[in-house]
Amino acid sequence: MLNDKDRIFTNIYGWHDSGLKGAKARGDWDGTAAILKQGHEAIIEEVKASGLRGRGGAGFPTGLKWSFMPKEVGARPHYLVVNADESEPGTCKDRDIIRHEPHKLLEGCVVAGFAMRAHAAYIYIRGEFVNEARRLQAAIDEAYDAGLLGKNAAGSGWDFDIYLHRGAGAYICGEETALLESLEGRKGQPRLKPPFPAGVGLYGCPTTINNVESIAVTPTIMRRGGAWFAGLGKENNTGTKLFCISGHVNNPCNVEEEMGIPLKELIEKHAGGVRGGWDNLLAIIPGGSSTPMMPRDVCDTMTMDFDALRAAGTGLGTAGIIVMDKSTDIVRAISRISYFYKHESCGQCTPCREGTGWMYRMMDRLVRGEAEEYEIDTLEQVTRQVEGHTICALGDAAAWPIQGLIKHFRPEIERRIAARKSIMDAAE
Amino acid sequence: MSIDKLIAEDQPASFAFTEENEAEIVKILAKYPEDKKASAVMPLLDLAQRQHQNWIPMKAIEEIANRLDMAEIRVLEVASFYTMYNLKPVGEFFLQACTTTPCMLRGSDDMMRCIKDRYNIASGETSGCGRFTLLEVECLGACVNAPILQVNDDFYEDLDYETTGKLLDSLEAGTPLPVGSVKGRQGSESEQGATSLTALKAEAEKV
Repeated sequence: MLNDKDRIFTNIYGWHDSGLKGAKARGDWDGTAAILKQGHEAIIEEVKASGLRGRGGAGFPTGLKWSFMPKEVGARPHYLVVNADESEPGTCKDRDIIRHEPHKLLEGCVVAGFAMRAHAAYIYIRGEFVNEARRLQAAIDEAYDAGLLGKNAAGSGWDFDIYLHRGAGAYICGEETALLESLEGRKGQPRLKPPFPAGVGLYGCPTTINNVESIAVTPTIMRRGGAWFAGLGKENNTGTKLFCISGHVNNPCNVEEEMGIPLKELIEKHAGGVRGGWDNLLAIIPGGSSTPMMPRDVCDTMTMDFDALRAAGTGLGTAGIIVMDKSTDIVRAISRISYFYKHESCGQCTPCREGTGWMYRMMDRLVRGEAEEYEIDTLEQVTRQVEGHTICALGDAAAWPIQGLIKHFRPEIERRIAARKSIMDAAE
Repeated sequence: MSIDKLIAEDQPASFAFTEENEAEIVKILAKYPEDKKASAVMPLLDLAQRQHQNWIPMKAIEEIANRLDMAEIRVLEVASFYTMYNLKPVGEFFLQACTTTPCMLRGSDDMMRCIKDRYNIASGETSGCGRFTLLEVECLGACVNAPILQVNDDFYEDLDYETTGKLLDSLEAGTPLPVGSVKGRQGSESEQGATSLTALKAEAEKV
């Protein structure tokens, strides 16, 4: 188990003062100017050395992403955009950073923004987090008053502004280019890539979009060294990670643990175990609703990191772990996820706009067994038609949970169809 | 859904931002480059909604379009794309119930049943007394504290049938329960007490 001394988010539960005084007592904003003195490239190299991979779902190396920004600032300013549009079902970690550790995020913006030669950051927070946005704005105001933001931020000689922008209830804005569209005052519909945001992003300027957690850990990485972070976790899956454990566990909670921790250990040590014991486990969705579920036998030996989960045909995603015990109506659980993606499709690409609705209506019938057996294969084929055929990954995200269900629980779907048939036959 | 169903039939004849909100608009516009005023459309829609009993009249859409040099249809497009903008009236207590899978697994059906038992309303409807509007919403992003009911700006967490009833009682009586977990747990720590950071907590308490 991770030692408390190696935990980055020491106020994740909000026990202590989340304001500037409390944050400073926990080590935030300590020597920020000295970090910036190392220079743009040195910061990027240190983050590369830490092995940090993006915490928003895709797991792309953070330092490498920053290095895609132009090395010279031309006529167009550079921007850092922080994705705080946390909406992937099963995920609620950024909320805790924002409300209890806001200064880690703000200092991270200064460090990351400087590294990519930006003088401004926009933090895009989901609209429903009203109180969290108030808390974050208060922290921003406090940081300006203390000279940590604005002209000569934290005495570094670098000017840096942070602006908070609230969303208004669209999951799709968590997709980075939809987020940019939204920030520019339009519907959140993803853009075609290329061009990539590092070349043409916000207002047509070079932009890097990072998840809250990725940014919030960087000041600690800079203070303790990339090697320290890289020494935690596993090779290529380094550092610590906030895990969200929801669903059928005795004590749902968020916890910061080492990457690569065995899933069973994580659930038993921190979430009080599966309701009714490990043997009562049916399946787990490991990384937010879009990652395919794993049946119990896979969960037994699984470790929580990008590579192990990927090898098992699923993913770490946001590390939003949704636990389902044997009492779960597994078809309904996935059908509800299908409804979610239908509701959240932005309507831009035909396969997703039409496909998510089609898949949900089919799933809804399967919950009650109102189908023919061959339709399971038809559904599977439709998921393959949606997957990979849309501008953004929402189509994939809608397809994968259904594919996971059919792969692991086909007999249960067939049982429902047969049961319904026998009732109908008896009625005749 | 066709757009007419989203928009109230009865519309006020005019809309003007209050003096206080005019000052707020100046602050909002300062966040974005001068030639990128359209970026302020979401904050201005939010401001209009907060000023106008939690819904946005068409006159406000017109006003915002003029302010930001946008075509009115562009503003309406944004206002109808994002689910948090109400284009018709809602009750004093806007109940947004999360029923996405993590909440479903923790009993959001019971939470919904309690609301329906009391007010006999389905998603999108307002109670007979006019005070409560229910909307079934997608993941609110507080899954380890599921199920969640958002009442206007505030999250109420860890609900079941009984505590949902207590919460609604408290709203009716004008003495709302404290925001957050109705079980009284702090943030996202385990109900049985945190399993990490306890050494640091003990240290901090000694000081």
